[in-house]
Amino acid sequence: MTPLQACLLISALLFAIGFAGAVTRRHAILVLIGIELMLNAANLNLIAFWRFGPHPEALTGFIFVLFSMAMAGAEAAVGLALIIAIYRHKKTSNLDEVKELKG
Amino acid sequence: MSPFFVITGIVTLLGAAFAMSLRNLVHCALAMAVAFSGIAALYLQLDAQFVGFAEILVYVGAIAILIVFAILLTRSGEAPEKSVLTSGWMAGIAVSAMVFTMLGWAVLNSSAIPKETSPAPVATVRNVGDALMTRFVLPLEIIGLVLTAAMIGAVIIALKEDSQKSKSEDGGQQ
Repeated sequence: MTPLQACLLISALLFAIGFAGAVTRRHAILVLIGIELMLNAANLNLIAFWRFGPHPEALTGFIFVLFSMAMAGAEAAVGLALIIAIYRHKKTSNLDEVKELKG
Repeated sequence: MSPFFVITGIVTLLGAAFAMSLRNLVHCALAMAVAFSGIAALYLQLDAQFVGFAEILVYVGAIAILIVFAILLTRSGEAPEKSVLTSGWMAGIAVSAMVFTMLGWAVLNSSAIPKETSPAPVATVRNVGDALMTRFVLPLEIIGLVLTAAMIGAVIIALKEDSQKSKSEDGGQQ
């Protein structure tokens, strides 16, 4: 197994764990943690392809990961603000109890 | 593949698995910080030092603290009495297992993956700064705008909404 394949396998497993958590857990914050894990798996893929690809001196994958991390920060801030707003409105953060669009 | 690489990979995956399977939310946040630290160590071994330290700053620093604050504000620190899984959790596990099987099969059998390893690239902070300020300067400006918009939006969403309500109630009483 080449190092690139090892990185890709680790990130595939990380993605699967994050996906399983985001789909199966009830608590909204844990769903957000699962999404963050999936995003990190994608970033690990980008860095691995940048490192072992044919043109690493162009820095494209590297810069892409920096921008993707900035987007992940924005997404986490908005997601946690939404969770806090829903908690204040419905007094719960259990996703099974939040099923109406109409407040 | 060095043994250190294997160990950091195992620590990362164990942290992620614990973050998704523990009952207590605070323990989940701590396991998530461990997983992110492991990913930062993987970045360092892949010659991406800047991204590794940015990962520690952004994820282990900012996002873990943000999640702990959200746990505090929603008062969900203690483990719940009821089940923590949704009703259709078996289907979710099955789908994620299928996703991993497909991805692993594709990774191990793909012909597009280069067999020989290229020499370590040079990605010093100077090079990264040069690239960000010349070739990628427009995306950099746009990401700054997006971050500002997201921060303002997050503050507006999380603002207390009862200030207007209480004002109108006061007006009704008078």
